[in-house]
Amino acid sequence: MKVPIQITISLKEGILDPEARAIQHALADLGFPTERLSSARLFFITVEALTEEAALAQAQQMCERLLANPVIHRYAVEVAR
Amino acid sequence: MRFAVIQFGGSNCDLDTHHALQDVCGVDTDLVWYKEGLGRTYDAIIIPGGFSYGDYLRAGAIAARTSIMEEVLAHVRAGRLLLGICNGAQIGAESRLVSGTFTINSYPKFICRWSCIRVENANTPFTLSYKEGQVIRIPIAHKEGRYVASSSTLKELNNNHQIAFRFCNREGISTPEVNFNGSMEHITGVLNKHNTVLLMMPHPERASEKVLGSDDGRGIFESMIAHVEKG
Repeated sequence: MKVPIQITISLKEGILDPEARAIQHALADLGFPTERLSSARLFFITVEALTEEAALAQAQQMCERLLANPVIHRYAVEVAR
Repeated sequence: MRFAVIQFGGSNCDLDTHHALQDVCGVDTDLVWYKEGLGRTYDAIIIPGGFSYGDYLRAGAIAARTSIMEEVLAHVRAGRLLLGICNGAQIGAESRLVSGTFTINSYPKFICRWSCIRVENANTPFTLSYKEGQVIRIPIAHKEGRYVASSSTLKELNNNHQIAFRFCNREGISTPEVNFNGSMEHITGVLNKHNTVLLMMPHPERASEKVLGSDDGRGIFESMIAHVEKG
């Protein structure tokens, strides 16, 4: 079966996100003060697998081996509905 | 004795590094295109600066997963020297050759300027021509050079003397003003446990001849040569 998957890569708690900080400042300058702003990266992939679980396991491997850097990132994989 | 400089698509300090090694320091040095593979053993490998794969995903992430890096890992496992400069350091960190990683500068823009760094450990194959605490002047040029590691990793690096260089001022004092990329503990050069891998953001090849404004960086190449000569 073809399984569509969404992968979210974000920074671990406590890791400085200078881009998010710059965006937050820019939003404040436009009159949109925000209490918190963080950013994340989304990947939409489709893999061929026997089950959804197998597809998610593949996506997890992709994160471990390339998409995320374990020093600074956390990741979440889910079937895209 | 023979050194290699690996060229990836997007490497742009490859020829400068080759010049510094071959012409300035006089060590036979091959330029190796990453798709060709190493083809022989080398005493030292240098991964130069640049923008391999356009810094897509994260600087160094994609180059780190190319097949030549498996040969580089085998070279390191055999106890031979690897120096990663700037993008080469990012590639090395993405290959987990040292602990921690280099990520986007705390002020998120490209910085290109002179910096002073302090030699924290002069007892390594890369730093033996310096004295501990010596301040050297070497340029930096990067957007993703902020060194980040967990507190337990930092503790381990400090305990094992795996920190090669820290940003400092001309007097050798580390202050936030001279920590241009916001690296943790001002760190900008990290060693592996065996001191056979050095990953550094500053560019020693750009400070290897007086005509460039400083030849302070040449000592890194000379140290490597002296280390290999010693056997």
